[in-house]
Amino acid sequence: MTLADQDLRAAIAATRFGLGAKPGEIAEARRDPQGWLREQIRREGADQPAGGETSAQRLGEFREYQQEQRTARLQQTSMAATDANAGADGQPAAMPARDPVKVVGNMLRQDIGRDFSARTQLAVTTEAAFRERWANFWANHFTVSATKVITGTIVGPFESEAIRPHVFGRFADLLGAVESHPAMLTYLDQVQSIGPNSQAAEYLKTGGPRGFGAASLQQVANRSAGLNENLAREILELHTVGIGGGYTQGDVTEFARAMTGLSIGGPRDPASAAGTAVFHARAHEPGERMVMGVRYRAGGDDQAGAILADLAAKPATARFVCAKIARHFVADEPSPALVDRLEAAWTSSKGDLAKVAEALIAAPEAWAPTQAKFKTPYEFIVSSYRAAGAQPTDFQRIAPILTALGQKPFSAPSPKGWPEDAQSWAAPDAIVKRMQFAQAFSGAAVRDRDPKTLAADALGARLTPDTAKAVARAESRAEGFALLLMSPEFQRR
Amino acid sequence: MNALMTPTRRGLLAGAASFGLALELIAVPAIAADADLARRKVIVVICRGGMDGLSVAPPVGDSEYRGLRGALALNDAALPLDGTFGLHPALTSVHALAQAGEARIAPAIATPDRARSHFEAQDVLETGAAGVYSAASGWLNRAVEALSTHRKIDALSVGATAPLILRGKVQTASWSPGRTVDAEARLPTLLQDLYRNDPLLGPALARGLATEVMAQAATADMAAQPAAMTGPAPTAGGAQALRQGRDAARALGVSLAGFMREPNGPQVAAISLDGFDSHANQAGLLNQRLAYMDGALDGLHAGLGPEWKNTVVLVATEFGRTARVNGTAGTDHGTASTALVLGGALKKGGIVGDWPTLKQNALFENRDLAPTLDMRGLFKGVLAEHMGVDRAVLESKVFPDSAAAKPVLGLV
Repeated sequence: MTLADQDLRAAIAATRFGLGAKPGEIAEARRDPQGWLREQIRREGADQPAGGETSAQRLGEFREYQQEQRTARLQQTSMAATDANAGADGQPAAMPARDPVKVVGNMLRQDIGRDFSARTQLAVTTEAAFRERWANFWANHFTVSATKVITGTIVGPFESEAIRPHVFGRFADLLGAVESHPAMLTYLDQVQSIGPNSQAAEYLKTGGPRGFGAASLQQVANRSAGLNENLAREILELHTVGIGGGYTQGDVTEFARAMTGLSIGGPRDPASAAGTAVFHARAHEPGERMVMGVRYRAGGDDQAGAILADLAAKPATARFVCAKIARHFVADEPSPALVDRLEAAWTSSKGDLAKVAEALIAAPEAWAPTQAKFKTPYEFIVSSYRAAGAQPTDFQRIAPILTALGQKPFSAPSPKGWPEDAQSWAAPDAIVKRMQFAQAFSGAAVRDRDPKTLAADALGARLTPDTAKAVARAESRAEGFALLLMSPEFQRR
Repeated sequence: MNALMTPTRRGLLAGAASFGLALELIAVPAIAADADLARRKVIVVICRGGMDGLSVAPPVGDSEYRGLRGALALNDAALPLDGTFGLHPALTSVHALAQAGEARIAPAIATPDRARSHFEAQDVLETGAAGVYSAASGWLNRAVEALSTHRKIDALSVGATAPLILRGKVQTASWSPGRTVDAEARLPTLLQDLYRNDPLLGPALARGLATEVMAQAATADMAAQPAAMTGPAPTAGGAQALRQGRDAARALGVSLAGFMREPNGPQVAAISLDGFDSHANQAGLLNQRLAYMDGALDGLHAGLGPEWKNTVVLVATEFGRTARVNGTAGTDHGTASTALVLGGALKKGGIVGDWPTLKQNALFENRDLAPTLDMRGLFKGVLAEHMGVDRAVLESKVFPDSAAAKPVLGLV
């Protein structure tokens, strides 16, 4: 291998496989770019962001919030009924000085902010950026989103508990952890799904819980109990075999029936189960199930577990997920040869994700010089901080930027997750907003350093003569650094 | 810089003056028709997540409706339209337009896709293809491409990311609320030079800067910009947050209208509203999302002012939802839904398409409202009669393989 090749591979290792080079990183990767990446793979999984509140703790907070809300609503109703001095707009004239609903609501929002901050800090500072990118890929594959408030409070804990420990383990284990996590169960409505012929449904049909004097018959009737097929459909369509994976509407419904009973611990469960995944046998649809041509015998949560295990092992799952890995790391339209390599590693190792990661590092297609990937807003912001050797200290600074760029923190628009293709992110408005960020960021971030050095550190052999010249000719350090961040080769990886 | 910007009003007037005489002499009727066409506008509002048509325009007069919808049935709360249909109570502005003959419903409409997958159905809705993954560009972009051979025409999407419906050969603008930018500053100028050989970033930046120039004129009279409308549901003060959300949506509608009223502004626009996937607790969710939609449409109507009479707004979703309520006070993915057609350019009339009824044997796969109208037929009719897209091009390029979906004619 020539020296030029080695320089380019070091730059590719840090920018395409990693999250963008920090000063000195390309030099370090240069000794053995592939080895430098391989060393980042480890059985115990990805790094954990600082913090560490659990889903159960957060859901406890959320329940408290809901109770406060309910109390406040009741108070409002009684005030509106008794207080003839209601404001002109129909709102009660007087509000409590410190609204407990707002207080707890703010606390929840701060939790989300802290989680996202910690995750971004980790991405910006880590020495093992390939490992972090690999974890980010899986978090997006198994998207849960703060577009649902209750889920938002545990997106961070979800990544820590269900994703990060398993990203270099077996896909089947990752899948099992993800689909039974409270965040996924709330995000895709599984918590409320009840077998239509289960004991719980019968109980509700025949009058529901007694002793609740306030509940009118109408209210009981409204609380219709039954199936919700959202999670079952998205597991098939997005998490495992994919849309062309050979399932029907009937399979979706059968799978949804098999998963009934899977929920999170509520007030009637033992205190130890609060806010964690539980199986309510009484809500489980009785009987055997038939999913994608396989019969699953009647049982409890083992029924859904068996279906998930079979889905994880399907060749369609290997194909679908490997193609997605190739699209994330290498190109919006990756070469079939690359997908074949990843798939072969997946199949021969029975879905060992460490082996798939090794196959990606070993694949010649993954080292093509062409920069075929356009950075997502998160990747752009993280790599900008890395290039500056700076740290985002304040969520209030990065959240509005990401929102303006179309990637609001922890808030993917749908279970499909964030898009990965250039077309989605390179809209005219987005480029203007990236430029505005670069302009505002570079002033403070460049400090007294030479932007020429920063450019060489960030891009290595990928720095083009055009960009180097533009940076050198800039009229200020800040302008030079902004030009680097906005250069075609920094916008891509 | 000037070459990248859309022509100024003054430049345009000067151009018209120098050509005026010759044009008047040779082609008065054609110019009149062209000038009329050049003012026509079409706006597509995509409601993502599978919007429940039976809630948008509840068929309160259908004998099966109450039974199927149980607690979710709107009944007396619906705003009356005719003997069969009402509108969701949150759609007050749409209702006022309907009363004036400027809004109509297509109550049983669907794309050709039947897979009940959000992503597949949205792709089909936006590509205008007969099936999934058979086209890489959006039908609205191809319509702009067809029109651009006859006249100068521009398209704009609202949002930081470009929706598939407007992606394709023709470079279109995108805009979202934010700080203004000085297009003459050094950094944009230097970047345009650095991007001169970049096929992605070069045109995108040029286009973005030109839009910024227009935005400063279009939004000059607007106060605070709207907050994100797609974020989490409000966490405090339900009624107040709902009002704020609706106001923000209305402001966004007014902004978009402002762009379209600018000289050389876009005549074609696309905007997305998210969050219609109502698997659970549908009533509260739709109260909010439909209020936002109503706000956005109200903003378009108000903001377009005298241009409203030249405008057709199409509101569509990727699929409807199950006719029956599911086990969690919501509905699951279904088939036909309701589309709205609005605008001062509309002719008065009743529902668009037929009503299949909700009788059990009329339901699609004994589960969903059955489609009686192919969405492409509605789009084709509006593009042909309102925007003047050539019929042959419409069939061959804009909506290939859509012969079965006859254009809905007579709407304008």
